[in-house]
Amino acid sequence: MLTILFDGIAYGMLLFVLASGLAITLGLMNFVNLAHGAFAMVGGYVTVLAMSRLNVPFLCALPLAFLASAVLGAILERTLYKRVYGQSDLNQVLFSIGLTFMAVATVDYFMGSTQQFVTLPKWLQGRSEIAGVGVGYYRLFVILVCVALVVALQLILTKTRFGSRLRASVDDPRAASGLGININLVFLGTFAFGSGLAGLGGALGADMLGLDPIFPLKFMVYFLVVVAVGGTTSLTGPLLASLLLGIADVAGKYYIPDFGAFIIYGVMIITLMWRPQGLFVRAGGK
Amino acid sequence: MKSAIPVQPAASSGASSLAADVRAVGRRWSRWQPVEVVFWVAALAVCFIQTDNFLLLNEMAILGLFAVSLDLILGYTGIVSLGHAAFFGLGAYTAALLAKHFNMDPVLGLVISCALSAFVGLVTSVLVMRGSDLTRLMVTLGVASILHELANKMSWLTGGADGMTGVPEVPLFGHIEFDIFGRVAYSYSIVTLFVLFILARAIVKSPFGMSLQVIRQNPLRAAAMGVPVNLRRTSVYTLSAAYAGVAGALLAQTTGFASLDVLGFDRSADVLLMVMIGGAGYLYGGIIGAVVFKFMQNWVADITPQYWEFWIGLLLVVIVIVGHERLVRPWTWFRRGGGKA
Repeated sequence: MLTILFDGIAYGMLLFVLASGLAITLGLMNFVNLAHGAFAMVGGYVTVLAMSRLNVPFLCALPLAFLASAVLGAILERTLYKRVYGQSDLNQVLFSIGLTFMAVATVDYFMGSTQQFVTLPKWLQGRSEIAGVGVGYYRLFVILVCVALVVALQLILTKTRFGSRLRASVDDPRAASGLGININLVFLGTFAFGSGLAGLGGALGADMLGLDPIFPLKFMVYFLVVVAVGGTTSLTGPLLASLLLGIADVAGKYYIPDFGAFIIYGVMIITLMWRPQGLFVRAGGK
Repeated sequence: MKSAIPVQPAASSGASSLAADVRAVGRRWSRWQPVEVVFWVAALAVCFIQTDNFLLLNEMAILGLFAVSLDLILGYTGIVSLGHAAFFGLGAYTAALLAKHFNMDPVLGLVISCALSAFVGLVTSVLVMRGSDLTRLMVTLGVASILHELANKMSWLTGGADGMTGVPEVPLFGHIEFDIFGRVAYSYSIVTLFVLFILARAIVKSPFGMSLQVIRQNPLRAAAMGVPVNLRRTSVYTLSAAYAGVAGALLAQTTGFASLDVLGFDRSADVLLMVMIGGAGYLYGGIIGAVVFKFMQNWVADITPQYWEFWIGLLLVVIVIVGHERLVRPWTWFRRGGGKA
């Protein structure tokens, strides 16, 4: 029972790292980026390749995954995404689906469609009993990394100059640019950072979620649920939403495996019907 | 609907001449163009010529109908759906099951599939009433995913991931057998498409259709003008679901097969792409898109069968970045400061 809770929390934390970038870009640029999972996949594959071909240790491969996805995100933002910002939701969706399809086919072409595995270092394998709860070391590691990330993100968002610029731009882009904030730069930075986070999430999740070319399509719904339930105006919303989703999903798959997949979609539809703007929305936002 | 066209006897001569004007405009607006007539005559005449491409043509007609159904909600009412395959798949599975277990006449099977899809469309239409485009996208995606998962899990009924095999091709009206070249299949599909297209055309050119366009342009103002926005959305969504169900049923009946991919995300994305290729909001866009799409798929499959998805993706990106307007007018490509074609 508690083991499931633990696994659920680890899973939820992972989802948060994967989806938080999407929440920020959606809130900031009002851009429906269905290709977000593609960046996560890139991160995962970078990790796998770096570890198997270049013998990079796991801990160094993680920042590498972050960097690779962030750079890719920045390049795509400058070349393609910025042309689509002002367009209709439909165009944005089509554009990002197109990107996702391209990513899926490209990875399939170069890496094959089989599942890739990450060999974890020795000290992260195995599990032990702590007060009756089965704790997998890797899941503990994931939780610790994610907690550190959450704290860091929160600090960046509330304490730094960039954070306040970001929040100002989210609240009202026009007023923010009127105050001399370079919105384009904020967009670029946030997009790259969000993509980087997705890449890191993909790298961390390669072991738990599985990594194959259809990763972006498989988890697209999960990211969307997190954003839909959590809202896009703060970090707390997506965090709570990811934890809820992670625990519900793990518990669902464990107790009622036949209906596991329905839970996600059911939760999403009910939430959206009940509160179309998300569960944890700050009142009086834009 | 109280706006647009006055229905009461006009109080003054000014109002009555206005009504006559509006009617005249409406008549001009809904007149059949020569090009349309030529297109349909050609499409129906193909049934009588000798060609070995009937199977391809059949699929074009079916996808065309599917795309028309999406165009009804997307192009006319502005409802963005990322899960239109839900109704397509529902129709396909219904028709396949009816043929398999009851040996039912295709036309009757078509009507039942259509009714069932329409019913599910009616039930789920409450989900597309609320919220923004993003909410609708996700809700429609969720509905399609649930149906996909249902079909996957109920393998005793649907065959699960292996697909449903052994669907018999029941003769049309009891004695017209489907031949192996697909001539009967194509005739069946194109006649269905033709009939439903005329119906759809009549609907979108009616005052009802006009009010749908008003809703697309501005739901708030439409409501202020007295258009019952939610009622209109419900009816058009139901209609569109019914059309998609017919398209799915046609596919299952003419190919004798139904598998999970009729419900898949790819199919919803494909049909969006078809409408994007042909252009939304004039019904023919869907058909043109389906023809182009199918030709492209055939052509790419000859070169590299495996990475078709990449080219779909590229096409989507190019359409959005360059813009549909510009893309179909090559003579504007090299004009400076373009964008407005």
